[in-house]
Amino acid sequence: MATQINSSATTLLEVKNLKKHFRLSTPNQVTETVYALNGISFLLREGETLGLVGESGCGKSTAARAILRLTEPTSGEVFYRNQNLIGLKQNKLRALRKEMQIIFQDPFASLNPRKQIRKILEEPFDIHGFTDPTEKKERIAWLLDRVGLSSDQAEKYSHEFSGGQLQRIGIARAIALNPSLIIADEPVSALDVSIRAQIINLLLDLKNSMRISYLFISHDMTVVRHFCDRVAVMYLGKIIEIADSASLYNNPCHPYTEALLAAVPSIDPESNKQRLKVKGDLPSAMDVPKGCAFYSRCPIREKQCEQSVPQLKEKYSKHQVACFLRE
Amino acid sequence: MPTQELLVKNLKVSFTTPEKELVAVRGISYQLNQGETLALVGESGCGKTVSALSILRLIQEPPGKIFSGEIIFDDKDLLKLKKKELQDRRGRDIAMIFQDPMTSMNPVLTIGEQIIETLLRHTTLSRKEAKEKSFKLLEQVEIPSPQKKIDQYPHQLSGGMRQRAMIAMALSCSPRILIADEPTTALDVLIQAQILTLLKKIKNDTQMSVLLITHDLGVVAEVAERVMVMYAGEIVESGPVRDLFHSPLHPYTIGLMNSIPTLKPSQQKFSKLTEIPGTVPSLSQIPSGCPFHPRCPSAEARCKTDKPKLKEIAHAQSVSCWLH
Repeated sequence: MATQINSSATTLLEVKNLKKHFRLSTPNQVTETVYALNGISFLLREGETLGLVGESGCGKSTAARAILRLTEPTSGEVFYRNQNLIGLKQNKLRALRKEMQIIFQDPFASLNPRKQIRKILEEPFDIHGFTDPTEKKERIAWLLDRVGLSSDQAEKYSHEFSGGQLQRIGIARAIALNPSLIIADEPVSALDVSIRAQIINLLLDLKNSMRISYLFISHDMTVVRHFCDRVAVMYLGKIIEIADSASLYNNPCHPYTEALLAAVPSIDPESNKQRLKVKGDLPSAMDVPKGCAFYSRCPIREKQCEQSVPQLKEKYSKHQVACFLRE
Repeated sequence: MPTQELLVKNLKVSFTTPEKELVAVRGISYQLNQGETLALVGESGCGKTVSALSILRLIQEPPGKIFSGEIIFDDKDLLKLKKKELQDRRGRDIAMIFQDPMTSMNPVLTIGEQIIETLLRHTTLSRKEAKEKSFKLLEQVEIPSPQKKIDQYPHQLSGGMRQRAMIAMALSCSPRILIADEPTTALDVLIQAQILTLLKKIKNDTQMSVLLITHDLGVVAEVAERVMVMYAGEIVESGPVRDLFHSPLHPYTIGLMNSIPTLKPSQQKFSKLTEIPGTVPSLSQIPSGCPFHPRCPSAEARCKTDKPKLKEIAHAQSVSCWLH
């Protein structure tokens, strides 16, 4: 069983009004702006898992990268253990990086194909000044064992592994330096169903045994339900609903969240769900609507939604929603 | 008694590699009935796409080769047809939609032009009539402002709209069979729901038969009437969706069903998911006996040596497993 999170637990990560806008030069020399991340704020407490969900293009991966400053945010603040990462000098940031790791979606693309697994796993130690070769070797053997691989596999190259095994190696690299925070960006989306469960179980194991907090990014509502304590739903660069996961799943307030949940195909052929009809596609992040971002697709929209932007407001205890009609 | 539309008998497909011959489809047989949606489900590399492509002989030869089997449609074996005869049937009697509409459409032709092309090849319509018909098709697949979209190129449409356009193209000659290979896998869940609803509606309106290839059991439950589960190039279990999902028989099917997290609150949160140990075998190392035995929780001695055959257990539900 997971450790119960009480609200008095220490805040590990605090994101405040984080924005990331990309400038794009189009062929006819017009510069356009992609509003990928339009001001998100949330707290992540120690030992907690927060899910960040939404459709492709909603800004969830940009959020992951901006938080770790893998891409420089346009504005906003990110506090890790009360230290603002934004504006922090590179050498100080690097020292902190060993506590904050990331796991990527595509295990094939995120491991260097020209390096043996041992070399890949040695890198975090080399970068952060752990140089004793025997200790490194022992530690790598321990890491491989911890993620369910054997230490004799350390001399192989990435093409010799399956997708699930590569994701295990990516996880081994992420936990190498005992991080407190792991940002997992769609860690199981590229994997087959039978392998997905293995990786989710491994991440759950690590959460409990190493006291890791996760920011878990996914488009899969079922995986998030299983894995996360709290969930934030993103739409067009903003968080439109955030709550404890039981509250969000049992009582979705935003029409977008409701539609997302209803759209999940159920493996129970008997289930006859009422679908909220959501028409059309996600609007372009280059042309963000003036009012509520969901206005163009919302089945319950009203006039005010077109004009002004709803803010996140507390609807129930620890359950916030940004919708005029449901607040 | 359902009418048979397509019959596949003992289909085997292999691919030549520098090292050896890899058998991707290892003898599958099934029947697709008129007006039904039959799902072929399995993980990557199980041979589901290869077996579907084989129906229209879309496997590239070499390296691919359909080296055994019959595919009976209209009392004729599609595998024995001359190239010209086969081309007459492709797109007219049997149409196909693919996972990624961006790579399966021609990027330098407009949406309208690609639909017109099919119509001109298979019907006696004039160009003008074909254009009108393609406009109607775009309306049928609920593309907003079809008069504008008809003259646009694939890259100007969103993923969901492209998939609708591809469905319009497939429907252009009112095919009797639609083969849909992972039609919603590249799409977001809301768009997936739209496309599945559309496919169901079209199937009900036209009474065509659909062979749906997918890895997503949820999608199967939503749209299919019958399902076949593939593992390592073989069908390991088949049956009506209701029965098979309610009481799966093959340990692989059971494992798949258990390893999927659901939205149901009854499920214990943070409890471990049931996992299937190990990985899908590579085609060059298919295990002896039952190909699932190294991962099977209930494997016995004979599973390692003897290969079980697909046999009917309960009404229309078949399984290839020594336990049954």
